[in-house]
Amino acid sequence: MSAVPAVQVRDLHVRAGGLTAVRGVSFTIPAGGRMGLVGESGSGKTLTALSLMGLLPVGLRAQGEILHDGVDVTKLSDAQLSRRRGRTLSMVFQDPLSALNPVRRVGHQIASVIRRHKGVGSNEAGQQALSLVQQMRLPRPERIMHAYPHELSGGQRQRVMIAMALACYPQLIIADEPTTALDVTVQKQVLRLLNEAVSERGCGLLMITHDLPIVAAMCETVAVMYAGRIVEMGPVSEVFTAPRHPYTRGLLDSQPTMDNIAIDGSSRLPSIPGMVPPLDGLPAGCAFHPRCPRADDRCRREAPMLDGGGRRAACWHPLEGTLTGTNAA
Amino acid sequence: MSADVVTRSSEPVLAACGVTQTYRLNRARLFEKRPVLTALDKVDFDVRPGEAVGLVGESGSGKSTLTRLLIGIEAPVSGVVTFEGEDVGRMTADRRHRFRRSVQMVLQDPRSSLDPRMRVGTALMEPLRSLRIEGDHRARVRTVLGQVGLDEQALEKYPHQFSGGQLQRIAIARALMPEPRVLVADEPVSALDVSIQAQVLNLLRDLVDELGLSLILIAHDLSVVAYTTSRVSVMASGRIVETGRPADLFSRPGAEATRNLVDAVLTVRDGIAGTALA
Repeated sequence: MSAVPAVQVRDLHVRAGGLTAVRGVSFTIPAGGRMGLVGESGSGKTLTALSLMGLLPVGLRAQGEILHDGVDVTKLSDAQLSRRRGRTLSMVFQDPLSALNPVRRVGHQIASVIRRHKGVGSNEAGQQALSLVQQMRLPRPERIMHAYPHELSGGQRQRVMIAMALACYPQLIIADEPTTALDVTVQKQVLRLLNEAVSERGCGLLMITHDLPIVAAMCETVAVMYAGRIVEMGPVSEVFTAPRHPYTRGLLDSQPTMDNIAIDGSSRLPSIPGMVPPLDGLPAGCAFHPRCPRADDRCRREAPMLDGGGRRAACWHPLEGTLTGTNAA
Repeated sequence: MSADVVTRSSEPVLAACGVTQTYRLNRARLFEKRPVLTALDKVDFDVRPGEAVGLVGESGSGKSTLTRLLIGIEAPVSGVVTFEGEDVGRMTADRRHRFRRSVQMVLQDPRSSLDPRMRVGTALMEPLRSLRIEGDHRARVRTVLGQVGLDEQALEKYPHQFSGGQLQRIAIARALMPEPRVLVADEPVSALDVSIQAQVLNLLRDLVDELGLSLILIAHDLSVVAYTTSRVSVMASGRIVETGRPADLFSRPGAEATRNLVDAVLTVRDGIAGTALA
């Protein structure tokens, strides 16, 4: 495998009319690396992912640099992008029922990705599709191949989506909340499968989610987004055990876990006060300051930038030390 | 009613006794009989005054069917649902009215449960109007807004001007308007942002403690239910397979369905340790 990163994003902005939803996002996922992009709704995480895929909704524009497979994705034409999607770059969406074609059999849909990008005949593509379905440990693979999406369960559909995303050994897979629409008991199976499939192929993974435990389970590094910016990034094992940004800390603290229930049933769950600011009403200075217990005058005036080093945080008053709570190791 | 007057040993305020519910499905072939799905199979479930109970299970386990029976929008094919000890299906009009105002529901997605064209103030007063409850509605609105932690400016606004967490507070406020005894919350936080979920869960717990409300919390996430309630029932295939204190269910799950739910819980700690997907 080459040492060229799976993707390198530099100063990405996504604008819609006069509003800026993504405000200068930069990160690199090395070849075969796995990064989690965490944030709440409106934080810009999904728009960042869609920019990478060249799938931004009409009216939204991505600016900046997205280097992938030797090209800047933001400069590609629709036709060029379409030749890449599914081949070097693919995506697993949150809701497979709306991402799959409802009037085509599942086998046909997987095979068409293979035919399109690998230039093989339909028999060969069908064989490869079947073997992918088998690898996804779907029961009675031949039947699944002939089924329509509505005939499958949510978990089965999501496995079909993963099979399609993996079909051409892409350099990067973007998974946007791939298990949010699934039953909790199915979630783990699907994550396990995605985990194995990505490892076997050495693909890079960008996991978009609001769910910190999923990032901890699947990723090596994490970037936490708030109001269109990355506010903290670094190795998962460090960011989640010794968060430097108060927002990251707040997210970690507000997770209900088995431990804080078992220890004291009457304790209150720590919560972050207030709410995510709307795009057209971003506060001056640090966008998190109205909700932050550490905010002072400087935070209200000046927006902090990500500092240097391996553990980066955009905060004037970063936290120090390790979490002693029950949520982290 | 204050919480300390109430004891756990009192009579259930709302209960399902041996309820069975079946639905006839569409026939697969033309001359076949329509197959029957047993969604609930002789289920017993109750909630006492001031108690918070949870109902968990995978989709299709019967949680929603049981909920529909408990709030009275469906009648069981056998068994009874009782409110304050009385069969809901055989109530006089007066008693039925009391039942309807006393059992209120909070749904998963506040955006789709609030009318986008109705100001919040009007939406809050609507239950009182439709239930023909007399009294000072405006005063009631102010009390309830205080209980859910919203200020009065909210009354003149429309739903789209609020975030998901605020809307869920509004939906809870609306459920509280007719002074219910039981609040049934179906996945009340799963559509909300992580940083907001904790706020809403805390609010539900405070309402139980401060107003002496009974809470039935339906969710698929065991840790959410466990945080908010003191007793949890696990459902699978139309039956309640296990009931217990949340901490006990977590540490010693008895039924297979409970074990599956416990196993499904992902934590940051397991993830960092590399054992989450083992």
